[in-house]
Amino acid sequence: MTHVIEKAANVPATGPLAEALAMRGKLMDLTQASYEAALLPVDEGQVPASVRAALACRMARICQQAGLSQHYADLLQRYGRDADPYQLAQPGTRPPKEQTRLGAMVAYVDLVTQSPRDATKADIDALTQAGLEEADIVRLAGLVAFVNYQLRVTAVLSVMGENS
Amino acid sequence: MSRVIHKFTTRVPTWRPHITPIDLDSATPAQREALKETPSNTKISDYVLVLAHDPESLRIRTSLFNGIMYDKGGLSREERELGAVAASVVNRCIYCAAVHAQRYNHIVGDEKVMQDIFLRGKEADLVPRVRAILKFAMRLSECPPNVSQDDIQSLREVGLDEQEILDLTLSTTLFGWANRLMHTLGEPVSSH
Repeated sequence: MTHVIEKAANVPATGPLAEALAMRGKLMDLTQASYEAALLPVDEGQVPASVRAALACRMARICQQAGLSQHYADLLQRYGRDADPYQLAQPGTRPPKEQTRLGAMVAYVDLVTQSPRDATKADIDALTQAGLEEADIVRLAGLVAFVNYQLRVTAVLSVMGENS
Repeated sequence: MSRVIHKFTTRVPTWRPHITPIDLDSATPAQREALKETPSNTKISDYVLVLAHDPESLRIRTSLFNGIMYDKGGLSREERELGAVAASVVNRCIYCAAVHAQRYNHIVGDEKVMQDIFLRGKEADLVPRVRAILKFAMRLSECPPNVSQDDIQSLREVGLDEQEILDLTLSTTLFGWANRLMHTLGEPVSSH
């Protein structure tokens, strides 16, 4: 399977950057495996894969990462036309008030993507109060943390690849 | 009563979780498997026991973490730690900053660089190579991430090659990942 990051960053197949990536081939494989664990997990808990794709797309757009915004928009589309009824893939949107769990999840995604330094215990308490189980909070936090890593690796590789 | 720490320090605090760590005695087979390897090969911490709620991710993450920080070749160990600290300063993850500043100090045998970074961030008075690495890693850790041809060029000018730039990117962004778990799923408190 082609790695998502190298494809989204349009990394050249040969040259010094390709060689550097080959030297870290095991790490790029583990990065791809982490992508699959975060976006396409066997045990998705109460955080469905379609919601994960929508939130990942939202983060990619917040971080203005073109390659991954496109990747996640395509992934989301694979879950069907109704996969993202509240357009959460679009930054700035909020689900309707009665969608308490989704609302709390979106608030966490926005805060921890844009300003993780401002997160406090109250932000985890808000997820619990909205009805998320502890395991699902860890799954959500893992998704947000991984995607923010992936976005930055892709951003650097895109720029490095331009001149190779 | 232990108090929450808000200032950067090289004295490693205790991490107090907001989520209940899993109980090893009642762990599932998948959780036990994921706990076989630990970050930096230390004992199983509350942090890892919290992450074990999602064993699929944890199982891979630990190997990736250890590879990015310790695999041979490319960027030096201390400069990988510098990338980790830069991300942790931007994201204000007091715990990660303390652990990795301490490792940096241990490798270089001097505390001045970290003291100055904790005090003045990007404005710290550093030799050109350290300053360029710090600046690159801090700009990359912001939201949205800042990285341009000029940023890459600033690393080349102080002697980093393609491999070293990739390795610095991996250690810096890995801590954008770790900070977002460590700083949100728990908090640093003073150790007794």
